[in-house]
Amino acid sequence: MTPIATVFQPAPASRVLETAAAWLLGALWILPLAYAVWTAFHPAAFSTRFELGAPLTLQNFVNAWHAAPFARYFLNTTLLVAMVLAAQLVLGTLAAYALARFEFRGRDLAFGLILLQLMVMPDVLIVENYRTMNALGLRDTIVAIGLPYFASAFGIFLLRQTFKTVPKELDDAARVEGASALQVLLKVYVPLAKPVYLAYALVSVSYHWNNFLWPLIVTNSVETRPLTVGLQVFSSTDQGVDWSIITAATLMTSAPLLVGFLLFQRQFVQSFMRAGIR
Amino acid sequence: MRARVTPWLLLLPALTLLVAFTHWPALATIWDSFLSTPKKGRPAHFIGLDNYRGMVEDEVFWQALTNNVIYAVGTIPLSIALAIAMALWVNSRLAGRGFLRLAYFTPTVLPMIAVANIWLFFYTPQYGLLEQITQALGLPSHNWLGDKRTVLGAIIVVAVWKEAGFFMIFYLAALQQIPPSLAEAAALEGASRAQYFRRVLFPLLMPTTLFVLVNALINSVRMVDHLFVMTRGGPDNASALLLYYIYQVGFSFWDTGYAAALTVVVLAALGAVAFFQIRFLDRRTHYQ
Repeated sequence: MTPIATVFQPAPASRVLETAAAWLLGALWILPLAYAVWTAFHPAAFSTRFELGAPLTLQNFVNAWHAAPFARYFLNTTLLVAMVLAAQLVLGTLAAYALARFEFRGRDLAFGLILLQLMVMPDVLIVENYRTMNALGLRDTIVAIGLPYFASAFGIFLLRQTFKTVPKELDDAARVEGASALQVLLKVYVPLAKPVYLAYALVSVSYHWNNFLWPLIVTNSVETRPLTVGLQVFSSTDQGVDWSIITAATLMTSAPLLVGFLLFQRQFVQSFMRAGIR
Repeated sequence: MRARVTPWLLLLPALTLLVAFTHWPALATIWDSFLSTPKKGRPAHFIGLDNYRGMVEDEVFWQALTNNVIYAVGTIPLSIALAIAMALWVNSRLAGRGFLRLAYFTPTVLPMIAVANIWLFFYTPQYGLLEQITQALGLPSHNWLGDKRTVLGAIIVVAVWKEAGFFMIFYLAALQQIPPSLAEAAALEGASRAQYFRRVLFPLLMPTTLFVLVNALINSVRMVDHLFVMTRGGPDNASALLLYYIYQVGFSFWDTGYAAALTVVVLAALGAVAFFQIRFLDRRTHYQ
């Protein structure tokens, strides 16, 4: 953490007010989650009755787990997230290296075309991409969920900026020793960009763990559905209004990210920061 | 020779996929918007501007467009203002700022579809937490998601809640790069706290604000997941947003020609954001 300015701290009276406001906002922000935790860990009778002595239970989680194929959904999401991240890192690294360290005609045009994806995301091109997946015979596969995201303008941009900060002398020295372009990339650039890879990985994993609309459209079966779609199918059709079970399922699907976030809070926040500073 | 081919070989995989799933579909959308929707025994054929004529007469489209503008206007300034306040608080010496940062940021990492379930429960008539609070205060019962006048506001609250902590991060990053000597200098000059915020801090945060604004504009088009759980665009399309309407037209009514025309409207809106970004943002951003 960088030093905090010692001047312009609020006066004692307004300091109390500001602290109260900050805490009120914090309480409001955590309230929905706290509410869900309460409901999920108590019997249905207490789902909207807040009594200190209410008995705790894990039964809601057990019921939710057995009410839908969540194990399969977890597997699907894990496969999806790993596949997308691996593809993004490999493709992004190669492309970023070309843009950062090679002089060639059409470089700016290529970069411009890549950056276009920052605005025109696959998320809004659902109608055409669905048609493409149909034509490729990939509809209702996990690959189809990930494929439009394999090449990530954001990832390429981030890595390009990072590679540009690597001293050219390191590159030259490796080449003098007879290393090929690919060897230089793997031996010099990739190790130096490790923090950026971590930052990007956290952003990518949380994005694709949470992505919903495109997977909803392109999947149609238990074998391919990610958690988000599975949760929606589960809570909209099967359950009526058994809130205890729905909130338990909701917490279950968010749990890996939430636990990861609590454990690696600092890295998470710094990753999102790093990804934001361009 | 080799030196000229290498960069293209490196770019090839990424560019191929980008063209296949971003550039090509964007162009194909425009072309398809001039075609009819293929039906059994009647393939798609050119119908000129018919889809767009239908759009002009489509009340649901205008409603979704209006809703989307209200959604953006309701979400963006509020979440940016909250994000600045959060960042200032978390970056100051308030008691418990570690917990506050956690509380503010948590909604960002949770799936929208999952938190929508929680919010749906929160808004539920009679049983929901909101109803319990209003009842305790002696206020009349109200179906927030079932009432055309309040549903969009209820949706906006969820969006602000989800986004503000995310934007806070960018302001936090910006604040931590401002040298403390600036504040000390301003104090020496006799500036008040308010003056320091207005004259020094906010101008320095301006690039961040523009960056966040572009992100927020894109999100106001893209963030529709909670509608699937909470309202399904209802009641009476009162909470329909453009992307949700595209989904309905394209994948519930299977009217792909019209869905393409609707997508063109969204692409045009995103194009306007891109223009805005190039015009105002890139002057300050150094890509080199």
